[in-house]
Amino acid sequence: MKRIGVFVCHCGSNIANTVHCEKVAQVAKDFPGVVLSTDYKYMCSEPGQVMIQEAIREHNLDGYVVAACSPRMHEPTFRKCAARAGMNPYMVEQVNIREQCSWVHADKEKGTEKSIDLLRMGVAKVVKNEPLYSTTIPVTKRSLVIGGGIAGIQAALDIANAGYPVTLLDREHTIGGRMAQVDKTFPTLDCSACILTPKMVEAAQHPNIELMTYAEVEAVDGFVGNFDVTIRKKARYVDFDKCTGCGACTEKCPKKVPSEFEMELGVRKAIYTPFPQAVPNKPIIDANHCRYLLDGKCGICKKVCPTGAVDYEQKDELIMERFGAIVVATGFEQFDISAYEEYGAGKIPDVITGLHLERLMNASGPTAGKIKRPSDGKVPEKIVFVKCVGSRDEAKGRPYCSKACCMYVAKHATLLKEKMPNSKSYIFYMDVRTPGKNYEEFYARTQNEYDAQYIRGRVSKIFQVGDKLIVRGEDSLLGRPVEIEADLVVLAAGMDPRSDAKDLARTLGISYDQHGWFTEAHPKLQPVETHTAGIYLAGACQGPKDIPDSVAQASAAAVKAAGLLSKPELTSEAMTALCDEAICSGCGLCQSICPYKSIEIKSVNERYHGQMRQRRVSNVNQGLCQGCGACTVACPSGAMNLKGFTNDQILAEVDALCQR
Amino acid sequence: MSAVDNPKQPAKEWEPNIVGFACNWCTYAGADLAGLSRMQYPPNVKLVRVPCSGRTNPQFVLRAFQKGADAVLVAGCHPGDCHYATGNYFTRRRYLLMQRMLEFMGIDPRRFQARWISGSEAPKFRDVVTQMTEEIKALGPNRKLREEI
Ligand SMILES: Cc1cc2nc3c(=O)[nH]c(=O)nc-3n(C[C@H](O)[C@H](O)[C@H](O)COP(=O)(O)OP(=O)(O)OC[C@H]3O[C@@H](n4cnc5c(N)ncnc54)[C@H](O)[C@@H]3O)c2cc1C
Ligand code: SF4
Ligand code: SF4
Ligand code: FES
Repeated sequence: MKRIGVFVCHCGSNIANTVHCEKVAQVAKDFPGVVLSTDYKYMCSEPGQVMIQEAIREHNLDGYVVAACSPRMHEPTFRKCAARAGMNPYMVEQVNIREQCSWVHADKEKGTEKSIDLLRMGVAKVVKNEPLYSTTIPVTKRSLVIGGGIAGIQAALDIANAGYPVTLLDREHTIGGRMAQVDKTFPTLDCSACILTPKMVEAAQHPNIELMTYAEVEAVDGFVGNFDVTIRKKARYVDFDKCTGCGACTEKCPKKVPSEFEMELGVRKAIYTPFPQAVPNKPIIDANHCRYLLDGKCGICKKVCPTGAVDYEQKDELIMERFGAIVVATGFEQFDISAYEEYGAGKIPDVITGLHLERLMNASGPTAGKIKRPSDGKVPEKIVFVKCVGSRDEAKGRPYCSKACCMYVAKHATLLKEKMPNSKSYIFYMDVRTPGKNYEEFYARTQNEYDAQYIRGRVSKIFQVGDKLIVRGEDSLLGRPVEIEADLVVLAAGMDPRSDAKDLARTLGISYDQHGWFTEAHPKLQPVETHTAGIYLAGACQGPKDIPDSVAQASAAAVKAAGLLSKPELTSEAMTALCDEAICSGCGLCQSICPYKSIEIKSVNERYHGQMRQRRVSNVNQGLCQGCGACTVACPSGAMNLKGFTNDQILAEVDALCQR
Repeated sequence: MSAVDNPKQPAKEWEPNIVGFACNWCTYAGADLAGLSRMQYPPNVKLVRVPCSGRTNPQFVLRAFQKGADAVLVAGCHPGDCHYATGNYFTRRRYLLMQRMLEFMGIDPRRFQARWISGSEAPKFRDVVTQMTEEIKALGPNRKLREEI
């Protein structure tokens, strides 16, 4: 039997007023295992602690129970106290006779009785305690940021400025993300490129940032502090070491392709940079359209390149690198409007989306900033906006609000009026949501100073008559149908998760919601963490977000990542799950319930009737386990246990509470 | 002699004994807050601290009844708020199954309750404990499943 000490605290009069502390200590002397039981005025005070430490040495205690305030308050204190006397800190239990007894029960007899019950429980548990140790794992002091939109760029800069190397990876040829496509930004209307480009350049030139564009994450192994990431560097067919970015190749390339960056409102070449301020600012060859790569004819770019940088033989390259932390910032896609057939979306060329309009407004866009409608290049006068297209629409599987659309529509209406004073914007809306600094004011100006007409109601149909678009809907405030003859219709398409977000989530081992947005570890208190330790979220990949929110979240994620990297090594929880391999059946039920993906099923070799055989058993990664104990309950064979809260310990507590 | 002097001897007036499993992050914190706010409630529910309500093995509940508990409470964070994200969803499922099974064995479902009490819901903690104590008082001692001691 272990030698247990009991220390009952008066907490001045906080406990002693409504609990007979001496009596409690007296009764505890008879509990199995107790070799010393005493009470004292303030156990957490220095003299109290010294008293406990002396008792540990003098009575050669294996463990002790302190009956005092809540363990949520002083458990660390009493653990440290044990450690100072050479006792394993996990050989301590604290029972709560203040918050959960003396303060809530005025009747001193009843309070005393309950204190005794609680103490009996604590002693019953502590005799089953075992020394526990936390393990340490090294931390690789580098971070990977996946996605180089504004969120990824901000996170990379913040981590790099904190002094840690960062690899900023984007699957596209350039960083910048959606913000690079946006013309001007609400609520200040500063030009998007003017505030974004300097950041792109800063990221590219930062001594701590390695830019890895046109690359994708193929596989992720390992865990917090040490992720082994396999990256595919896609073939660019241009040797960036030789290329000077002169642009001769692009100019001479005969193949024209609709430009993705320009929302197919303009064209690019097969060897191209997506836009003039792209970073890196060197061209790549689009293998799906290059004549030489497709059928061996052409080869002009290679001929005209003055530095011999074009290399048709280049192949994809797989590399493996180790990172301590990962920030995911893969952003969003614009909702595919062709789901709204009633709006002629995808069929009528002059029914466009918000991003199309951004490109039409942009001075370096396909129309050099003149608003010309796609069908005939005519300058529109009446423009109709339809909000919540692919947002807040259960029927389209998008019940959520896309958050940025209310504001970007107000922005669009304002900018159109500035560009074309004779134009008029009509905006169909369900609600106008403007929660953000200076957002409501911006919206008010759009109506009052920029003459935008807001019409509350749904649009039921859009169709073409001659060169006009008839927009039929209802004004639900006036309760009557409306019809507008428009020249251009802009659908405020909502935000969708990246179509392959779920694949990336599976590769990384993070979770996502029913739509495909990555889920944070806690909606309120851990908004940038994932359930996988060491992987953080930034920007719109976690849910629709505008730029200010994306940037704020990116900085938050960067702090988390830098905080992790700043540790010399990671100390894992001591109270983690542990599988008893001897009785584990390898069923894997624990693996599927673990919210942190800490459990793997491994093979062990063992001797069975004189022969070697392999058996599958569960294995808990001590670095990942957070100690929730879900697996212990899922385990049908009782193989899984939680250190510090073992089945035996809890059953002993239950028994003690019932034995009175 | 009072029950305090000899805890083995049953008290004169019968009082229900209720074992409560409380998750560390929400309900246990809520109970602490009730203390900090000096709320008053009957002393019949005694809390066993578990990391998460999802750590509560049905075996613990059965054991409590076997050993003479008159009722069992399992309490944790509100659905969606579990510190470990999903633990209490499993608690909820298990609880429903468990309650039906206990009922089948003749135990009044009021003797086994699951509640979601957050760290700020001290009044709710007080009310749940008070109400449950009254209910069980009215029901009387549990005799089902009980080992003879
Ligand atoms: C029409 C329109 C107008 C807008 N106007 C404004 C405005 O005026 N003001 C404002 O505040 N907000 C505006 N927004 C919102 C703004 O665009 C977003 O808040 C912002 O772009 C989110 O940034 P992000 O970095 O999270 O994502 P993104 O900009 O989407 O960037 C994500 C990056 O990750 C890369 N990526 C994706 N998947 C992978 C992968 N698997 N591997 C590697 N890389 C990957 C992408 O290539 C991209 O570069 C507007 C949005 C729209 C649609
Ligand atoms: S205790 Fe929780 S976190 Fe640890 S292995 Fe079990 S289920 Fe996973
Ligand atoms: S649930 Fe239990 S028996 Fe099944 S694999 Fe996990 S530890 Fe082994
Ligand atoms: S931590 Fe409270 S229920 Fe899981």
